[in-house]
Amino acid sequence: MEAIYAVMDLLLPIEALQFSFMKNAFLAILLLTPLLGLLGTMAVNQQMAFFSDALGHSALTGIGLGIVLGVSSDLMSMLVFGVVWAILICRIKQTGSASTDTVISVFSSTSVAAGLLILSRGGGFARYSSLLIGDVLAVTPADLGWLALALIGGTGLWIMMYNHLLLSGVNVSLARSRGVHTRVVECAFVVLVAVAVMLAIRWVGVMLINALLILPAAAGRNLARNSRQHALWSVGIAVVSGVAGLLSAYWWDTSAGAAIVLYAAACYGVSLACRGLIRR
Amino acid sequence: MSEHHCSLCHIGLENVSVQRGGQVLLQDVSMHVHCGQLTVLIGQNGAGKTTLVRALLGEMPHAGAIRHVDDHGRDIPHVRIGYVPQHLHFDREMPLTVEDFMAASFTRRPVWTGVSRRTKQKVRDALAAVNAENLAQRQLGRCSGGELQRVLLALALNPAPDLLVLDEPVSGVDQNGLKMFLDTVLRLKETRHMAILLVSHDLRLVREYADHVVLLDKTVLCQGTAETVFATPEFETVFGTGKEEG
Repeated sequence: MEAIYAVMDLLLPIEALQFSFMKNAFLAILLLTPLLGLLGTMAVNQQMAFFSDALGHSALTGIGLGIVLGVSSDLMSMLVFGVVWAILICRIKQTGSASTDTVISVFSSTSVAAGLLILSRGGGFARYSSLLIGDVLAVTPADLGWLALALIGGTGLWIMMYNHLLLSGVNVSLARSRGVHTRVVECAFVVLVAVAVMLAIRWVGVMLINALLILPAAAGRNLARNSRQHALWSVGIAVVSGVAGLLSAYWWDTSAGAAIVLYAAACYGVSLACRGLIRR
Repeated sequence: MSEHHCSLCHIGLENVSVQRGGQVLLQDVSMHVHCGQLTVLIGQNGAGKTTLVRALLGEMPHAGAIRHVDDHGRDIPHVRIGYVPQHLHFDREMPLTVEDFMAASFTRRPVWTGVSRRTKQKVRDALAAVNAENLAQRQLGRCSGGELQRVLLALALNPAPDLLVLDEPVSGVDQNGLKMFLDTVLRLKETRHMAILLVSHDLRLVREYADHVVLLDKTVLCQGTAETVFATPEFETVFGTGKEEG
């Protein structure tokens, strides 16, 4: 870690980054935002913003269930519950037997209420309130290792499944006629989103995680003409908003997650204004 | 001159039945789709045409057999099917060019990392075969109905299929687009000796182009040349006399 810190001191002689907790937070942002930026492109194109929002909220339920079942790691509880939740919704969506929006809404509010009920027992919810807004300054070097692993693994999977997912998104029968296992890739995608969201939630917060997934991709979509440009804009906006938000939060002494999301929202506003010019 | 690229002779459906949720969608359907012929499936809405297509694509569990038979009457385990769907339900604002869309089907390299020169050429060639080479850089959501059908046909023809399935591909397409689309399909029938199954509502079109017509209403009511089928009492019951739409 010391070597990395030394390189950072050399390359980024910024006063805010002289502290090791800020260096860790900065590295966490650099590891997390590109993955969320990439995954966001497909979440936006397949109109899954509501799904990922509900997925973020289910983190509370995961932790609550973990406590009931005696699981010591909050992260593990969130991950397992998030993945199961995502697969369940994906399967309901694939059977097409009910309005997916309604199912997500009913299931999400029920599970959030159940999670809150457990976590607030005996007035103890204050312990978990940091989950709502996140705290990227609490990242440790060990966390960074996990985030690096998630970025490498997530990007690898993303490279493998992207084309198939794109075809399924356009027409399921067409994709199947070309040998795509549509159900498998759709489930793999929601699981990947679930893992990325659950890993990020401690640093960004339940309230804001979805914005970080959706806003950069939504802004990128306004500026891009093809898939490559969409990915580049989305990752670029996610990383720039992440870094700008972190530094601003330090200077203004506010929540980093909120500042990051506001920067991403500003990018979205600018992209919307540019859209008319680009498409003219 | 015919360039018969496959040994497939015909696809035979033998007593194919499909039930879903206690409802009979298809009952004992038996028919052949021959290579080098344009077979057209006609019938009212809800007659089971799309269900039959989905069974052919292997998407719909069914009773009975769907056999792929070669020139010597032997079964072929797998045939390549090119499919042109009726509709695409996708977000039309998606930043996705025709080139991206086709490249995603042709290669494993994710299109968000860019498209290689070789794949670009392959896409251009595939589009040129259906007179659509100018569409490569067009956004998929900005293509007209006819343009989209040609893109989908270009995709369905690569790699060259043994059976081409066109599920009402000409609905919502203007007359010029329609003529161009059908001319391309007929040229393929002649040059590649492909088996083509077309689902259509347009009876005028059927009379003009079909080699073999199958009238479906859960089961096969009658089949034969357009002239034969159009003269049957079953056809009259389903469509009424002389009411050729289109």
